[in-house]
Amino acid sequence: MSWLLVAPIMLPISFAILVFLVREKGGWGRWLSVVGCVLHLAVSVALLVEVWNQGVIASQMGGWPAPFGITLVADLFSAVMVLIAAITGLAVSVYALADIDRRRELLGYHALFQCLLAGVCGAFLTGDLFNLYVWFEVMVIASFGLLVLGGDKEQLDGGVKYVTLNLISTVLFLAAIGMLYGVTGTLNMADLHTAVGEVENQGVVVMIAVLFMIAFGIKSAVFPLFFWLPAAYHTPPVAVSAVFAGLLTKVGVYALIRVFTLIFTQDVDYTHSILLVVAAFTMLTGVLGAAAQTEFRKILSFHIISQIGYMVLGLALYTPLALIGAVFYLVHHIVVKANLFLVSGVARRMTGTESLAGSGGLYAASPLLAVLFFIPAFSLAGFPPLSGFWAKYLLVKASLDIGDYVIAAIALITGILTVFSMTKIWAAVFWKPHPETNGSGVVRLPRQEWLSLVLPIGFLASLTLIIGFFPEPFYVFAERAAGQLLDPSAYVAAVAGAD
Amino acid sequence: MEVALALIVGLLVACSIYLMLSRNVLRFIFGLVLLSNSANLTIFTAGRLTRAEPPLIPTGMPAPPELVANALPQALILTAIVIGFGLFAFSLSLVFRTYRELGTLNSDAMRLAEPRTDGKDVVDDSKTQRGEAS
Repeated sequence: MSWLLVAPIMLPISFAILVFLVREKGGWGRWLSVVGCVLHLAVSVALLVEVWNQGVIASQMGGWPAPFGITLVADLFSAVMVLIAAITGLAVSVYALADIDRRRELLGYHALFQCLLAGVCGAFLTGDLFNLYVWFEVMVIASFGLLVLGGDKEQLDGGVKYVTLNLISTVLFLAAIGMLYGVTGTLNMADLHTAVGEVENQGVVVMIAVLFMIAFGIKSAVFPLFFWLPAAYHTPPVAVSAVFAGLLTKVGVYALIRVFTLIFTQDVDYTHSILLVVAAFTMLTGVLGAAAQTEFRKILSFHIISQIGYMVLGLALYTPLALIGAVFYLVHHIVVKANLFLVSGVARRMTGTESLAGSGGLYAASPLLAVLFFIPAFSLAGFPPLSGFWAKYLLVKASLDIGDYVIAAIALITGILTVFSMTKIWAAVFWKPHPETNGSGVVRLPRQEWLSLVLPIGFLASLTLIIGFFPEPFYVFAERAAGQLLDPSAYVAAVAGAD
Repeated sequence: MEVALALIVGLLVACSIYLMLSRNVLRFIFGLVLLSNSANLTIFTAGRLTRAEPPLIPTGMPAPPELVANALPQALILTAIVIGFGLFAFSLSLVFRTYRELGTLNSDAMRLAEPRTDGKDVVDDSKTQRGEAS
C-alpha cells in the first residue's frame, strides 16, 4: 500500500505545479487549489482508515531496504496529523477564495500554499531524520514565501525576524543530525530506537538530545525561544497566518513528541524534566503576553505559545494518560486555532480594523459570526463541553495522578487567563457598539465573499462541537495512538519488515 | 585530522555567534552562513575521516573489498549545501528588500510590526552600522 503513504505528499506537490502554471488564468488557480485540498483530504482519510485497520504501515522509497533507504511510515499519530493538516488546508483554501487578492495570486500564493502542505505532510510521514530535515526545509521555504508575499512593510519587518530565527533552528537541527550519525551510524528513526541505547557514552547522547530539543523548541515556539512568533504571525493576510497558526508550530511539537518517545528515552528523568519546566513557563508567558496585547491577531498569536505549553506538558509528564492528552490536545488545538484566526479576518473585514479599541458592534451586525467565534474561543479556554475542556481535563488529570500539583495549578491558571483574553475580545469586538457613527460602522460583506469566508469557519466550529459532545471515539483513538508512541515495537517492526 | 577540523568548527561557530550578536541584519545573515558551514563540517567530521580511499566497488563484486570512505555524510552535506544556498539567496534578497522599504538594517529600529507602546523612540544608528559593514 505504498501509494497511500506517498499520495499525501505527491498530491500537494503536483497541485502546486498545476496552480502555478495557471496562475494568470483568472480564477482557475484558486479553484484548482480547492480541488487539490479535497483530494488531499480524501487520501488522508483513506490513510487513517488503513492505519487504523492494519496497524503501522511503512514503505521503502526506491526499494532500498531499511535502514539504508528512506522510509515513509505512518502510525496512528502521523496519520491523524496528516488528516488534520488536510482538514485545515481545505478550510483555508476555501477561505482564500475571498481573502487573497489578485496581486498575491499572481505572485504564486496558491502554489506556495500547496508546497507548504506537502512539506507539513512529508514531515509527519517520514521515518528518517535527515529526510525530516529536508521536509522541514520545504515547509520553511514555502512559509517564508507566504509570509512576505506582497511585500508590505510590516510583512518584511516580521519576515526578517521569522526567517533569521527559523534558519538558526534548522542549522542546529542539522548539526544535531550530524552528531547523532557520528555516534550511532544510522539516521533511520526506527533503527535509532535501538542504536541509541547501544552507544557507550550516554552523556553524548543526552547532549545531542538537548540540541534536538532546542532546534525543535524554536520551531514549536516554546519558552524562551518563541520571540519570532509574535513578531510575524499578525503581519501576513489571514489566509496565511491561519494555516501558520494551525500547522507550523505543531510540526515542531510533532517532531518533539516523535523524537522524545522513539529515540531519546534513555534518560527521561533529565530530558523530560527540562521539558516540564519549559512547558510551565511557556504556558504562563504566552498567556500573560496575550493579556498585554490590544489587537485581535496579536492576542491570538500569544495564545498559540501558551497552548504549545500544554502539548509539551503532555510529552514531559510521559505517562500514558499524559500522552493521550497531548495527542488529543494537538488535534483539538489545530482546528480551534486556525478557526480563530479565520474569524479575526472576517472581523477585520467588517469593522475595518484589528485593534480592539477601534472595532465593535459585530454581535448586532452578525449574531452568526459571534456564535462562530464563541465556540472556538471558549473551547480554547477549556469550557465544558467544548473540545478544549476534554483536552485540558486529560492533562490536568495526568499531572494530578503523578502528584505534580504545581504544574496542574499552572495549567488551570493559564486556562483562567485564557478566558480573560477571550472575554476581552468578545467584549471589545462583538459586544460593545462600534466607536464610529453609533454602531453603524460595521460593513456588511457581499454574499459570495461572506459564504466563502464563513463556510470554513462553520465547518471547523462544527468539528470542535463534535469533538466536544462525542469525545469518546476521539479518546479511544488518542489512547491507541499514545499506546503506539509509548511502545514503539510495532513501529520498529513495520519499518524493518517494509518493502 | 579530526582535532584540526573540530577546532575549525569551534572557531567558525565562535565567529558566527559574534557576527549574529550584531544589530545589523546583514551581519547576522553572514554569521548564519558561517554557522551553516560549520554544521556541514560537523557532519563531515562526525562521519569519520578516511584519506584517499574512494568508495568504489570493482566490477562483479557486491561490496568494496576493503575499508573505504563513508559516502553518506558527504551526500548529506551536499544536500545541506544546496538547501542552505537556496535559503541564503532568499534571506539576502529579503534583507535587501527590507532595507529598501524600511530604510534601515538595524534590527532594533525595525518596530513596524511590533510598535513600542511606551512612547520611546529607538535611536536609529543604522548609518554607523552600515559604515562598519562596508
